[in-house]
Amino acid sequence: MMATIQSVAGDEGQHPDIALVERVKAGDISAYDELVRKYERQVFRIAQHITQNREDAEDVMQDAFLKAYEKLDQFQGNAKFYTWLVRIAVNESLMRLRKRRTGKLVSMDEDIETEEGRVPRDFADWAPDPEQNYDNSELSEILRKTIQGLPRGFRVVFALRDIEGLSTEETAEALNLSVPAVKSRLLRARLQLRERLSRHFRPGAKPAPPPRQAGSPAGKRV
Amino acid sequence: MTCTEFLAILDEVIDQSIAAETRAEIEVHMKKCGHCEVVFNTTRKTIEIYRAHELYELPTDLRDRLHNAIMEKCKKSKGPCS
Ligand SMILES: [Zn+2]
Repeated sequence: MMATIQSVAGDEGQHPDIALVERVKAGDISAYDELVRKYERQVFRIAQHITQNREDAEDVMQDAFLKAYEKLDQFQGNAKFYTWLVRIAVNESLMRLRKRRTGKLVSMDEDIETEEGRVPRDFADWAPDPEQNYDNSELSEILRKTIQGLPRGFRVVFALRDIEGLSTEETAEALNLSVPAVKSRLLRARLQLRERLSRHFRPGAKPAPPPRQAGSPAGKRV
Repeated sequence: MTCTEFLAILDEVIDQSIAAETRAEIEVHMKKCGHCEVVFNTTRKTIEIYRAHELYELPTDLRDRLHNAIMEKCKKSKGPCS
């Protein structure tokens, strides 16, 4: 990135975002343009994972970046700008859901009442490179439907940690959850997704999944 | 190592944040236990597939439109130094 080329003595090892943030604070809005461009796709994806609605995600993306800009003087350099931004995006997404649900409180730490994903049940191996049995749009549809079927609290942990690549600690910070809570949700999210994908990826699975299976609890296969 | 113990550290195994010693125990367990081997391989594959496929793409024209809208709003706001 450009910022590293111009790095000043003493800036060694500092995240390039910090220099951009300092420039924005000094009144240089073009530095904010860079930050928005760098993270807008991630913020959009995260908002989609939480709201599951494209229009909401577009609104959240705009609101989150505006809020981050207006609150930038509250940003402490000891956290990553990206983690701080994700936290704002998560809060904006939850607020958007609350509006849709006419004021019903929506939070990230609500109890998740499902036994699914506590232990693996399906031990069938998958075909080698199973995703290649589907064309791209079929595969995207399977992946989207599968992750959308997860409880929000699991889905979002998986999205931040495994898809967007935040660390466990950053995910905890962004979602205002404890590290153990993130760890337990991550394991269950991974196991649930694995279990649900299995019916598409086992050898000989038909490309068209029977719709009546969608959303049904895990079968007693063991 | 039991299957329950294996499951308890599955995430660490997948994220490769595990001591070499424990890693060896895991290898031994997976050689003996087909179920845990499948769970490990398919869970790792699940993550790989989700990482490799963009589910919510932002087309360039929409991205530009949203980007410009954001910057317009920021320019109109008082900004962080008010
Ligand atoms: Zn086992």
